[in-house]
Amino acid sequence: MTAENVELVCPAGTPAALKAAVDAGADCVYVGFRDETNARNFPGLNFSRPELADGIAYAHERGTKVLVAINTFPRAGKPEIWHQAVDDAARLKADAVIVADVGLCAYAAKTHPDLRLHLSVQASASSPEAIRFYHQAFNIQRAVLPRVLTVPEIAALAADVPVEMEVFVFGGLCVMAEGRCALSSYATGLSPNMNGVCSPASHVRYVERGEKVVSELGGFTINTFGAGEPAGYPTLCKGRFEANGKLSYLFEEPTSLNTLAMLPELIKAGVTGFKIEGRQRGRAYVGAVVKAFRQAVDAIRRGEAPPDIDLDNITEGGRQTAGAYERSWR
Amino acid sequence: MNASVLPPAKLTLGPVLFNWKPEAWRDFMFRIADEAPVDTVHLGEVVCSKRAPFFDKYIPEVAERLAAGGKEVVLSTLALVMTERERDGVRDLTADSGGFMVEANDIAAAAALNGRPHVVGPFVNVYNEGTLAYLAGMGAVRVSMPAELPAATIAILAAQNLVEIEVQAFGRIPLAISARCYHARSRNLHKDGCQYVCAEDPDGMPVDTMDGKPFLTVNGTQTMSYHYLALLAELAELRRVGVNRFRLWPHHCDMVAVARSFREVLDGTLSPDAASTRLADLAPDAEFANGYIHGREGHRLVEDDLAIL
Repeated sequence: MTAENVELVCPAGTPAALKAAVDAGADCVYVGFRDETNARNFPGLNFSRPELADGIAYAHERGTKVLVAINTFPRAGKPEIWHQAVDDAARLKADAVIVADVGLCAYAAKTHPDLRLHLSVQASASSPEAIRFYHQAFNIQRAVLPRVLTVPEIAALAADVPVEMEVFVFGGLCVMAEGRCALSSYATGLSPNMNGVCSPASHVRYVERGEKVVSELGGFTINTFGAGEPAGYPTLCKGRFEANGKLSYLFEEPTSLNTLAMLPELIKAGVTGFKIEGRQRGRAYVGAVVKAFRQAVDAIRRGEAPPDIDLDNITEGGRQTAGAYERSWR
Repeated sequence: MNASVLPPAKLTLGPVLFNWKPEAWRDFMFRIADEAPVDTVHLGEVVCSKRAPFFDKYIPEVAERLAAGGKEVVLSTLALVMTERERDGVRDLTADSGGFMVEANDIAAAAALNGRPHVVGPFVNVYNEGTLAYLAGMGAVRVSMPAELPAATIAILAAQNLVEIEVQAFGRIPLAISARCYHARSRNLHKDGCQYVCAEDPDGMPVDTMDGKPFLTVNGTQTMSYHYLALLAELAELRRVGVNRFRLWPHHCDMVAVARSFREVLDGTLSPDAASTRLADLAPDAEFANGYIHGREGHRLVEDDLAIL
């Protein structure tokens, strides 16, 4: 894989963010419908059918592709909601749909044989055998890799499968294998797989206790903040817990994935898609991150090292990590 | 449907999700083989491939003893497969399982078993009838439901009459799996040099909130519930909608007695209430939950009757 083939795959939770991503140099924008069919089913986010039609027109006029994430697991008894989403994405000429569920893959492949399929990170395909299954069974053209693999493992994988690889390069990060985590539903009853939400705002409370502010999810304390300290969002796996007699960020610190400096390595590993997380983010954030990664990819294409762009002010808690791409993370 | 015309309910035990001492694991399984009223026992390391070499050497004798005890033996594959060694392990097991049924715990293992009868484990996402039909077409004969599914969904899947449906009924609920080892991390270690610290907690390492409320449990790379799942009053309604197999996750308590309690409830010789009291005695430190099956938070203990439309 060379830098020429690399695509920046950028998030858009709203039509305004879509325009910001396209204008900042996104090669692809990924979006979801305004319902439970996608894994960012948050109030006020996502696209109606007419909004998606307009967004696709705006993107296509500027040479940008639009990918539609239909990546939750259809609810038994109601598969038609998810089938309709696939049908509508195909009708509106989306460049691909991003799917995770085996049954939905089968529906899409059978009903829309010309529709390009990307395998969502929610499918947790972590081995060549898993990716080959989706390719052979449903003609998946690209796999978004779960955030569990090191760079050498990604390289070995890319050499071994007949599909394109896409990896997350920036933003929020799951520390559990994606699509295989029920922590949110254990605490709140709502899960990424079933409802398209993790640690949903509807179940978040900030409670003042004396000088301190406690952040709660589903009635469980996730973190505590001192006076004047900004109270972070209580994402379950980024909380502080007590285990083995010690209080710590047991699963992960509140931190953002940032791989700007690793992009050449990831290109060498054979990655095609560089995915930026954040469909829940505003257009200013999306514009800034896309611009930074556009500059970095363009620099690599010119044979230069990626520029050292400061993204501290927009990362979670101002902290950054290379996550699972480095073996020591495990 | 009248209870007397239902097919007999079956019990599955295991696999053991924790890192027990290999000899303790062997002896536990010997006792299960000889005494536990279960129909099927799962063997094999599901959570962390680093543990497998310690147990593999005992699997043949344990399997033999279980078979002699009249139990069906199923070999379970690893849930999260990443490394060459892990891939080789799944490939070898799915290619030749010594005549035993294999449970696929990721899609790659199911793909390797395509065309042969196999079990699909609770770590494969089967949320709807489309996926169930596809997997049945590949040869799945039994599917163990993901932990978070509500009874309404399970009833729809059971009504397809494609495969035998199994529901988790006892033990800490497996909630998540990661490449990162939290047991090692809690000791400031990495997974590569983990010193097998997960063996120190035979029922998992409790994880409390900052204000001391029990919340989760860590089992190496796996995160589990603090609460023990216990479906007792729900069993009859689940059987009515076509679920006839229930899984018990092994814990460091008298699992023979636990299995007997479930067996007696299923046979109608023990009331769910009496069984509940018995479980509380058998696992005195456990707090019980049944929220998921009622469509609620997984940690909840719902007192209402389960009524599936």
